[in-house]
Amino acid sequence: MAQATSPPEARDDAPARRYSVDAAGLGRLRAGAFVAPALALITVFLVFPALWVIYLGLMNYRLTGVEAVNPKIVGADNFIKAISDPAFWDSTWLTFQFVLGSAVIGQVVLGFSIAWMLRDRRGTLKSVVEGLVILAWILPGAVVAFLWVALLDRDSGTLNALLGIPGFPWLLDHPMLSIIIFNTWRGTAFSMMLYGAALGNVPPSHLESARLAGASGWQQLRDVVFPHIRGHILTNLLLISLWTFNDFSPFLLTAGGPDGKSEVLAVHVYKVALQGGDLGYGAAISTIILLINLVVAVFYLRLLRSKK
Amino acid sequence: MTRFVAGRIGFYTLIAVLLAFFTIPLLWLATAPFTSDPTYEVRMPDFTSENFQMIIDHPYALWSLVNSLVLAVGTAVLVVVLSALAAYALSRVRLPGRDALLYALLLLSSIITGTAAMVPLFQLAIELGLIDSQTGLILILSGGLLPAAIFMIKDFMDSTPKSYEESARVFGASPLQIVRHVVVPLVRPGLATIAVWTIANVWGNFLMPFLLLSDVEKQPAAVIMYTLYTEGGQANLKVLSTFGLLYSVPVVLMYLFVSKKYGFRFHGGIKR
Repeated sequence: MAQATSPPEARDDAPARRYSVDAAGLGRLRAGAFVAPALALITVFLVFPALWVIYLGLMNYRLTGVEAVNPKIVGADNFIKAISDPAFWDSTWLTFQFVLGSAVIGQVVLGFSIAWMLRDRRGTLKSVVEGLVILAWILPGAVVAFLWVALLDRDSGTLNALLGIPGFPWLLDHPMLSIIIFNTWRGTAFSMMLYGAALGNVPPSHLESARLAGASGWQQLRDVVFPHIRGHILTNLLLISLWTFNDFSPFLLTAGGPDGKSEVLAVHVYKVALQGGDLGYGAAISTIILLINLVVAVFYLRLLRSKK
Repeated sequence: MTRFVAGRIGFYTLIAVLLAFFTIPLLWLATAPFTSDPTYEVRMPDFTSENFQMIIDHPYALWSLVNSLVLAVGTAVLVVVLSALAAYALSRVRLPGRDALLYALLLLSSIITGTAAMVPLFQLAIELGLIDSQTGLILILSGGLLPAAIFMIKDFMDSTPKSYEESARVFGASPLQIVRHVVVPLVRPGLATIAVWTIANVWGNFLMPFLLLSDVEKQPAAVIMYTLYTEGGQANLKVLSTFGLLYSVPVVLMYLFVSKKYGFRFHGGIKR
């Protein structure tokens, strides 16, 4: 919101304004010293690895053997190897299914539905449902992964007992479906809370007039609610897609197996680079992951800016 | 009227399905630790304390919780102190290139994830001799969390009035004194948020310690939990269930504490 009368521009050198520009009298030098330690850590352990991964991708670096001591520059070989390797494309396709199934469809639809169903409720029912959904989200990843191993166990798991199909091997026969439902269960809380906050901003009077005009539930959603929360939906989609794309927890449930049938890119990199020892090739795949992240994040930041 | 009744029935059916979906996987964690001979089946517990005794006698279990605590608290202290200093300077002084720096930080923290950076971080840790070093892991984890932390805490700093600092300065306080005695008390809720956020992140983090700590005596609970259920032979469900419960309780308590004290305010990026 632009002010009708804007105050005169503050100038750094004007003595009268100096205090409010630099209230504590830090000065640029000391301010720099305050920022420096944080920047140093970020540079060494975040920026440098991101740049180095590109360089590593151009080398034939290995964990052991001759190439470990004497790596050579192999140019784009690793990248060419990646895009001509069916295992890479399989893994990319599985990652796409994982993101689409568990984030875009699972978490968004379930999160929105819960927020919509509970929108004007107070009291126990709302806190119990929300509490459970949030609990699934805050428990440590290693614990929930094992809870799902127990749930899906073929002989005495709870799911097979409930469905009356003892001996059905979920993790072997349907590994992708298992990790998609697992991740939906695990991550719905974020979307639920985001839509809960977003629905609070939809003016009740608009909904009321839509109701009086005889709009059905679906028409209210389409014509009143969605236009109001469009920005939230986009934010939500971009963030959870980015997180799910980078999620390593399928490893805890299926370790990519059986036979790589649930080996999403995050797990693929680990298997190729750190278990298989081919660091150069792993770095090339990491670079591709970084680039995909960059595209999604730039979209997201543009969205934030346009909102401001 | 019938439509209204059908709507009610539909609503409660859906709620019941939702409750079942979110509860059933958790039941095992609530019952097995108190059952004498736990299987994967969910059964009525007989409330034994024998499984907890097994955890006490286990060579790595309790120790790994201590390791988790060391990593979480160490990282939280480092992140809170460094992000507060940096955010304060960035909030109060117009350093050249500040806006570009903040934009770059936000971008970096969202794209350089553990997955994308595991290969170079592993290499870097080898080169710097930081494999099996808890300090090294704390530095690496801090580097990853700092950009988002600076961003969150700068919001708090920007919204505090500057007049207190000006008066403190008139009375001759040094910048560090001003930060300690004037700014920190003002932004305490912000610092608490960052601390809780960091602890929750590190407590649950599996990938980084899994990659960088191979010494079982230094591994945190996340890695020990994974080792317990994947390492050969029959998994010991007594140890696993009880350990899982002990490892989970602190985050649940912390969450309850935070939501009671501050109300659970929604922060866009509270979990990575």
